[in-house]
Amino acid sequence: MDVEAKVKEIIMDKLGVEESQVVHEASFTADLGADSLDIVELIMGFEGAFGITIPDNEAESITTVGAAIAFITQKLG
Amino acid sequence: MTNLKDKVALVTGGSRGIGKAIVDALAAAGVKVVFTYLSSEERAKQMESEAAKENRVVIGYKADAASFSESEECIKFVLDKFQRLDILVNNAGITKDALLLRMTESDFESVVDANLKSVFNYSKHAIKPMMAQRAGKIINISSVVGINGNPGQANYVASKAGVIGFTKSIAKEVASRNITVNAIAPGFIETDMTDKLNEKQKEALVSQIPLKKIGKPEDIAKAVIFLASEYANYITGQTLVVDGGLVM
Repeated sequence: MDVEAKVKEIIMDKLGVEESQVVHEASFTADLGADSLDIVELIMGFEGAFGITIPDNEAESITTVGAAIAFITQKLG
Repeated sequence: MTNLKDKVALVTGGSRGIGKAIVDALAAAGVKVVFTYLSSEERAKQMESEAAKENRVVIGYKADAASFSESEECIKFVLDKFQRLDILVNNAGITKDALLLRMTESDFESVVDANLKSVFNYSKHAIKPMMAQRAGKIINISSVVGINGNPGQANYVASKAGVIGFTKSIAKEVASRNITVNAIAPGFIETDMTDKLNEKQKEALVSQIPLKKIGKPEDIAKAVIFLASEYANYITGQTLVVDGGLVM
């Protein structure tokens, strides 16, 4: 599975942003306009799509597109 | 006229009292209604068949509102059946009255579980589809005693006051998703729950009510219809007191 493509697809879907905005450095809140509910929806979207669970304390570190891709890639081992 | 036709509603504790009146009023407004019941299976079946005769969609679902897993199953049932959930009415509730000196731990726990945890259970599982829809109405049935307190009902009052606080918090959490969350605080309403009072107690109560009469379950159902309708789109986090003026 192409983790990066899937992660980006989920982000575009949940946040209603363009592919060009979804770069590795993009912060969900500062750059992509996500609010706290959006973040929860994103995390739940990742959990559902990849069949993983992301505990709250780990979710806190996932603040950028790149961080999400790295975290999920590592989680899938 | 409110435009509720073909909306989908879930009402907890819908086979008796205020809950039944809410189910009837929603169904009469054209809403497809699923209601939960715990023990009144026969009554639930009767409600289904009566509604069918009027070409209304009313479906009973056996579930203990206090059970987290059963609430999840119930919401899933609604979504499988109708693919959406527009209105959630958290109505299920019980009383186990006693003065604090006599109140047992289980009296307290069972009432809080049935009346307050149930609101958490159903709201939690309903909020996800409502967020996806970018629309939803959650209406929690509290009580005027949750505002004023009442001796002999510390467990019930704590649960109903809890419902008001829960309502305000969730209203703030989900407002950006066009979901409103409100509570209704009924006063003294004619139901099985209040039939436990004797005539003398009833008379004493009525004398305190400015409108000088006991409310009917339909009075609460009408308030639910209002809060569920587009007329209440700009109202959230509120507790609507429906009590003949008892508390003001």
